[in-house]
Amino acid sequence: MSKPNITVYTPDSMLANPIVLIKEMIRDLLDSRELAWRLTVRDLSAQYRQTYLGFLWAIILPLANTLVWIFLNSSGVVNVGDTPLPYPIYVFTGTMLWAILIEALNAPLQMAMASKSMLAKINFPREALLVAGIYKTLFNGLIKVALLLAALLLVGIYPGWNILLFPIAFASLILVGTVIGLILTPVGLLYIDVGKAIPLLAQFLMYLSPVVFLMPEEGLSATLFQINPFTPLILTARDWLTGFTPVYLDYFVLVNLLSLFLLAVFLIIFRLTMPILIERMGN
Amino acid sequence: MTETLIKVEGLSKKFCRSLKKSLWYGMQDMGSELIGKRHGKDGVLREQEFWATKDISFEVKRGECLGLIGHNGAGKTTLLRMLNGLIKPDQGRIEMHGRVGALIALGAGFNPILTGRENVYVNAAVLGMSKQHVDKKIDEIIDFAEIGEFIDAPVQTYSSGMNVRLGFAVAAILIEPDILFLDEVLAVGDIGFTIKCLNAVRRITNNSAVVFVSHNMQQISWFCTRVIVMDRGAVLINSPNPSEGIDQYYGLAKHQQQISGTGGAEILDVEIVINNQVVKDVEPTIPHGTELGFTIKLRINDEKSGADMSINIMDAAMQQIVTMPITNQAGELNQLPSGILEVNMSMGLIELTSGKYSVMIAVIDPETKEALTRVQGLAPFRVISDTVRWGKIVRHVVPQEIRVL
Repeated sequence: MSKPNITVYTPDSMLANPIVLIKEMIRDLLDSRELAWRLTVRDLSAQYRQTYLGFLWAIILPLANTLVWIFLNSSGVVNVGDTPLPYPIYVFTGTMLWAILIEALNAPLQMAMASKSMLAKINFPREALLVAGIYKTLFNGLIKVALLLAALLLVGIYPGWNILLFPIAFASLILVGTVIGLILTPVGLLYIDVGKAIPLLAQFLMYLSPVVFLMPEEGLSATLFQINPFTPLILTARDWLTGFTPVYLDYFVLVNLLSLFLLAVFLIIFRLTMPILIERMGN
Repeated sequence: MTETLIKVEGLSKKFCRSLKKSLWYGMQDMGSELIGKRHGKDGVLREQEFWATKDISFEVKRGECLGLIGHNGAGKTTLLRMLNGLIKPDQGRIEMHGRVGALIALGAGFNPILTGRENVYVNAAVLGMSKQHVDKKIDEIIDFAEIGEFIDAPVQTYSSGMNVRLGFAVAAILIEPDILFLDEVLAVGDIGFTIKCLNAVRRITNNSAVVFVSHNMQQISWFCTRVIVMDRGAVLINSPNPSEGIDQYYGLAKHQQQISGTGGAEILDVEIVINNQVVKDVEPTIPHGTELGFTIKLRINDEKSGADMSINIMDAAMQQIVTMPITNQAGELNQLPSGILEVNMSMGLIELTSGKYSVMIAVIDPETKEALTRVQGLAPFRVISDTVRWGKIVRHVVPQEIRVL
């Protein structure tokens, strides 16, 4: 139910009245907190009630990925070179952090797709789906971070005071992932090609980021690694976790500022395009 | 209490027949929305597009209930979706004053793994209700839904009836709207629950402006103060007299002739006779309580005589309402000789509830019980009265006596 006031629907673009648009968007974002929380609790409890391994699923995939790379490196199939950290720790932190980013990236489209029938029939603040996606990523991400910290302490790597900065890096991973997911959502709701392409793209991007590989020293790949916006996110997060001093802080800040700007823009686009998407979803 | 809460002017919406095109138009529409252009290209149809609703205007005041009737695909649901703010109109304008509530997708957001109680909170949140509000009403909801201790069992263990009952209870108990949209939701559960739903909706509707979509003319007649009949996206009639609208709606129903049987007999002609006068009109309108008769011409080819004939009256849903076997004075069947025959008969006063009807005639071989011919959709006619009653047969009764005890 909307607030007791006047509701007007016309064919005019909502952009014709930007102030109203932004006011309503902020109101809906605030209104959607309770709904987002309910949806999160619903999805998480349904997800974990139906599994035997429960919360372990939040870490099983990155853990498996880690083991594969440790095997590839130690058997000599792939030679990564000398890492500042022991390679297993390097891969483990990398894949865990990467998993958080990708989960955040998948969340907006996944939430919207899963709620198609609700979107098609009920008028509710749709921003709640995005917020719920972020909550879920946060929850699963915290499990990963907890395990990561436990593993680091176990092998004797102490993060030091830098750990206090790590939440910023954690939030950045989710922010950037969410923004990219949000950008893909409108078209992704129309054409399922987008959803199908995301895992492929994610795989490819992982190899261009310092997740399982080291930063290359020279050549085309070095340039690609350096301009890749995920590079500063992964490196900074890993450095703060393992007690190193981050090298790419400038770029890290830049990526975050840019993401905040894009978040605002694409929240508006999400709002503008939703009625058009619902129309094409059918009933 | 005569404030206008819903005002709709010249509302139109187009849809696309081809999915591929539709998706591409979706991309175009997103583009034009983002550069601030008007939606729907000012009413120009693109390839494969058609008007799902065209130029609809109406107003609904507080305390009024607007019934939207029409066949499937007439545009009722599209109109409701625009009113509910789910999709944008391509032309026209909607203005609504007050809180909007809808009893449309019951049980939205239900997750089968979770318990009924958990789902009530999720569903309520989707409808915009706070936890505190639900806390206060939860017992009332469980009570209304007749769920009992099952409220703490997973919803996937519920019967479909329990599912809709719970969904209805959540919405009906929690919302207190100024404007209410109802879409076919009253057809949930068994008859006892339907009555309960009707009463619950009645409670909400008394003080709100309602738009009600239904195929159930009894419900429309009972609830609505005004009826709009839609046909192929357009308003056919907008009438403050629901029975007039309902009559128009019945007029849209096609009673197609269907012939089956061995061909051993053939119906040549059926005429409707009112007050001893043959009615020449196609689809005549007959006031409730008129004496109705038929003149039937038929040919029976079979050599054996004594075929069995029955005249049936079917309603718009092709349900047999009245069956009239032809007998002699002694009540014996199998009276028809072979040859070309004319049968004149009266069925007495017509007591059918208002609606559209047609005649079905079956001629049966007395020995093999085969249908020599069976023809339905003959001589369609409409019965009109001032209200649509719930029963199929409506007989006004004058008691011998009414005593105050």
